[in-house]
Amino acid sequence: MNAIVTDKDTSSADLDRLATIAEDVVRLARAKGASEADAAASIDLGLAVGVRLGEVETVERTRDRGVSVTVYFGRRKGSANTADLDPKSIEQTVEHACAIARHTEEDPANGLADPALLATTFPELDLWHPWDITPEEAIRLGVEIEDAGRAYDPRIDNSDGASVQVGASLTAYANTLGFVGTERGTSHTLSVALIAENESGMQRDYWYDSVRRASDFASAASIGRKAAERTVARLGARRLSTRACPVLFVPEVARSFVGHFLSAVSGGSLYRRASFLVDHVGKPVFPAWMQIVERPHIPRGHGSTAFDSEGVATRDSDLVRDGVLARYILGSYSARKLGLKSTGNAGGVQNIVVQPGTDDLAAMLRRMGTGLLVTELMGQGVSLITGDYSRGASGFWVENGEIAYPVEEITIAGNLRDMYANVVAVGHDVDPRSHVLTGSILLERMTIAGE
Amino acid sequence: MSNLIAVAERQLLSPGGLATRDLDGVFARLMGPSIDAADLYFQHSRSESWVLEDGIVKDGSHSIEQGVGVRALSGEKAGFAYSDEIVLPALVEAAGSARAIAQAGANGVGKPLAIAASRALYAPVDPIDSLSNEAKIAVLREVDATCRAADPRVKQVIVSIAAALDTVLIAHSDGTLAADVRPLVRMNVQVIAEANGRRESGSSGGGGRYTFPELLENGRAHAFAREAVRAALVNLDAVPAPAGNMPVVLGPGWPGVLLHEAIGHGFEGDFNRKETSAFAGMLGERVAADGVTVVDDGTLAGRRGSLSIDDEGTPTNCTVLVENGVMKGYMQDKLNARLMGMRSTGNGRRESFAHLPMPRMTNTYMLPGERDPQEIIASVKRGLYAVNFGGGQVDITNGKFTFSASEAYLIEDGKVTRPVKGATLIGSGADVLKRVSMIGNDLRLDEGVGVCGKDGQSVPVGVGQPTLRIDGMTVGGTAA
Repeated sequence: MNAIVTDKDTSSADLDRLATIAEDVVRLARAKGASEADAAASIDLGLAVGVRLGEVETVERTRDRGVSVTVYFGRRKGSANTADLDPKSIEQTVEHACAIARHTEEDPANGLADPALLATTFPELDLWHPWDITPEEAIRLGVEIEDAGRAYDPRIDNSDGASVQVGASLTAYANTLGFVGTERGTSHTLSVALIAENESGMQRDYWYDSVRRASDFASAASIGRKAAERTVARLGARRLSTRACPVLFVPEVARSFVGHFLSAVSGGSLYRRASFLVDHVGKPVFPAWMQIVERPHIPRGHGSTAFDSEGVATRDSDLVRDGVLARYILGSYSARKLGLKSTGNAGGVQNIVVQPGTDDLAAMLRRMGTGLLVTELMGQGVSLITGDYSRGASGFWVENGEIAYPVEEITIAGNLRDMYANVVAVGHDVDPRSHVLTGSILLERMTIAGE
Repeated sequence: MSNLIAVAERQLLSPGGLATRDLDGVFARLMGPSIDAADLYFQHSRSESWVLEDGIVKDGSHSIEQGVGVRALSGEKAGFAYSDEIVLPALVEAAGSARAIAQAGANGVGKPLAIAASRALYAPVDPIDSLSNEAKIAVLREVDATCRAADPRVKQVIVSIAAALDTVLIAHSDGTLAADVRPLVRMNVQVIAEANGRRESGSSGGGGRYTFPELLENGRAHAFAREAVRAALVNLDAVPAPAGNMPVVLGPGWPGVLLHEAIGHGFEGDFNRKETSAFAGMLGERVAADGVTVVDDGTLAGRRGSLSIDDEGTPTNCTVLVENGVMKGYMQDKLNARLMGMRSTGNGRRESFAHLPMPRMTNTYMLPGERDPQEIIASVKRGLYAVNFGGGQVDITNGKFTFSASEAYLIEDGKVTRPVKGATLIGSGADVLKRVSMIGNDLRLDEGVGVCGKDGQSVPVGVGQPTLRIDGMTVGGTAA
C-alpha cells in the first residue's frame, strides 16, 4: 500500500477492507449506545514530483488514511476522526464521539439521511485510472513541460518549477440504516509556473491540466507553452484609472464567480440566513436565457459520484432554469432546518454545468468591445451575506474587441446580485479541469478602482 | 528540554517499541552517499472543537493524527516520505523512499544526536483537558447570551471553541535532537444582525498557546461577544465604499496583515534563493519609509504564531526584516540558509509530519512610532480609516498584494465619519511601505486567530502594527 505504482491493482480488495472498517465502526457505535451512526473510511495515495530549472527538486510519496465517525444519541450528535486504522484507535475514536454526544444538545434537524433517498444503484462512472508512472518518468515529464515553457521566449529567465502529481483515493461509507457504499477515483495534475523579466520588472504565471485518466492530458509541450505565453503577456502591465466598464472573466476565473453563487444557495448559508439569496427559489437570479444544471454522473468527471457523503443518491437536476433558481443545494441537516428534502449535496456539489453559448474567447472579446478581460483575481473580498464583491484583479485592457495591453494592481467591485442579473453572455470555451464547467462570462459593468 | 524529550519519546516512540537511540540507525540508512542532510519529524496531534449555533451546542468533534515525516536533502533536492505508523520497518521504508532522490553528490555523514538547548515559551499542558466538557458548554452558552442580550437586532450567533495539543520530536543529521509540546486554543464568535430587511455579519475571536482558563481570563470571551455584535451593527449602517487612490489610515493590531502580505512573504528565504521574489537581491536597500522597522518574532510568550523551536529544531528568533526603512534580513529554514550561505533564523515550519518544511512567518509586526493615533486621523482631508480586515493575498513575483477590509470608515476633513462597506485594498509591496508617512505610538498585536497558507500548507501566525498613515493606496469600492 505504500506506493501507487503496484504491479497489481489491489484497489478492489482495499475497498472491501475499508467497507468492513466502516461497517465495524457503526456496529461498534451501536454497541456503545448510539441510536444511529455513520462512518467513512478512506485511503489517499499519491506521488508528487517537482522539478525546477531542469533538475528534480522534490519527490514526495503520500499516503493518508482516515476514519471518521458521527454518532447520534437521539437528536444529540458527536463526531470524531483518526488517522490510525488500528482497531484500538478506532474504538477510542468511537468513544470520543460518544463522549461528545453526551454533552451536545438535542437538535431536531440532526440524524441520518431519509432512507428513501439512499442510493440503490451504482452506475459505473469510469473514475479509476491508476497512472503507472515511476518517479524517474515523472521527473522527465516535468522537465519536458518546463523546458517547453523556458524555450518559448528569451524573456522567460526563471522558473518556479513544474510538478507532476499522481493521486488515487478510496472511500467507504456505511451507516446504521444498512447503507454501505464504496468509491474509488484517480486524479492527476501537471502544472508549471514560469517567470519572465524585462525592463518593466518580473512577472509570474502558470498553467496546468487536471484529469482522471493520464491519457486525457494535454501534451506536456502545450502546457509549458501556454504558461510561457501567459507569463510573457503580463510583462509591462499598467494600472488603469478608476472607471466603470464591462468585464469579461476567462473560464478559470468565471468558475469562482459561479462558485460564489453555489455557496450562496447552499444549505448552510441559507438556514443561517447568511446569504443574499435566501428565499430565492422560484425567483430570477440570472437572465432568462441562462441554464445551470448539476450532472453527477459524467464519465471521468471531476465531481462525479453515485452518492453523496450521507449515502443519498445523486441525480441530474436543474439548478437554474431560464434564469430562475430551481432549488437549493442541501444535505439532510440543512434540508430539515429549511423544511425541505436533501438534494443529494451533503459534502457539496458534484458536476455543475453552466450551459455554454456559441462564442469562443475571441468572439466574446468582440462582443465586449471595450472593457476589462480578467485573467486573475486576488483576495477574499466577497460577502455572501450582502453580495458585496471587491477583489484584486489583473488581466488585459481590451479596445474594440482586441487586447490592447496588460493591466494589474486594480480592483473590480460590484454586488453579486447585480452581477448575476446582468450576465451578458457565456462563452463556448468551457474549461474542463474542474467540477464546475463554465466558459468565459461577460458582465455588463463593474467598478474598476485604480490610479 | 530534556524533560520535553522524555515526554515526546513516551508519546511518539515508546508505543512502537522505539527509543531515540534507534534513530541513529535510521540516519545510517538515510545518509550514505550524496545526501547532505536528513531529518525525522515525529508528531502526535490531538484536537477538539465545539460549536454553538441557534442557541444550542449542536456539534463537537475530536481528532487524532500521528506519524513521522522523513526527509533527505541533496543539494537543492528533497526526497520526502511519511508514514502514519511509527515503527521501525515503516521508518526504514520511508527512509529508503526519501533518499532515492540523490544520485550523486557529497558523501554526507550524520552527526551523533545531542539534545539542543532552548527556552520554553509556553507550558506543555493539554488545553483540551484544561476545562471540563460541562464548563466548555457553559462558556459557549454564556457567550451566546451576551451576544443576544447586547442588541435585539442580533438574529444569529455562532460560537466555537477549539483546542489542540501537538507533540513533536525532531532529529536532524546535523546532530539536533529537539522536542516540543505545543498547546493552542481559540474562540470564534460570529454574529448576524438584521434591521429593515438588511443583514450583516460581524466576527471576533482570539487565542494562543495556553489553556482555556487563560483564554477566558478577564472576561475576554464576553469581550469577543461584544466586539462581534459591535462590528455587525456598524456594518448595518455602512454605505458603499469609495473607489480609487486615496490616503489610508490603518488601525492597530490585525491590520498588520498588510505587513504579512506586502513584505512578509517576499522576505521568505526560498523565494529569494530562487530569485522569484520582488525583493530578491535588495538586502541593504530602501524598501520602506524612514522610521519603518518590521520584525518577525517567534519568541513572544504564549502568542499564536510563537514557537519555542521551529519544525527543524532551531530556536525561534526575533528577526529584523526592515530597519528604519532598509531591508535587513530574510526568514530562513535550514535548507535555504545552507544554500544561501546563511544561518537558519528559526522559521522552518510545516503544517504536519505529512508536509515538507519551508520558511514561514511567526508573528510579524511593525515597531511603534511616536504619533498620537488621533493626530494621524486628523491629518487626512479625505481618505479611508480601516480598522479590521479579512484575509489577504500576494503575488510575490510582481509584489502586488491585496487585503480586504471588513470594517472601515470614511475620513472627511480629519474626522472619522460614516462606516463603509468592506472593500479590497490593493498595492505593490515594493512601494506601499515607502508611502508610510506617520507611525502611531499604539503598537498592538492581533488577538490570535491568524492562519497563513503557502503551497497548500496552513500554519498559525500572528501580526501586529501601530496605527499607520499610508499616502495613497487603491481602495476597491463601488462609489466614484
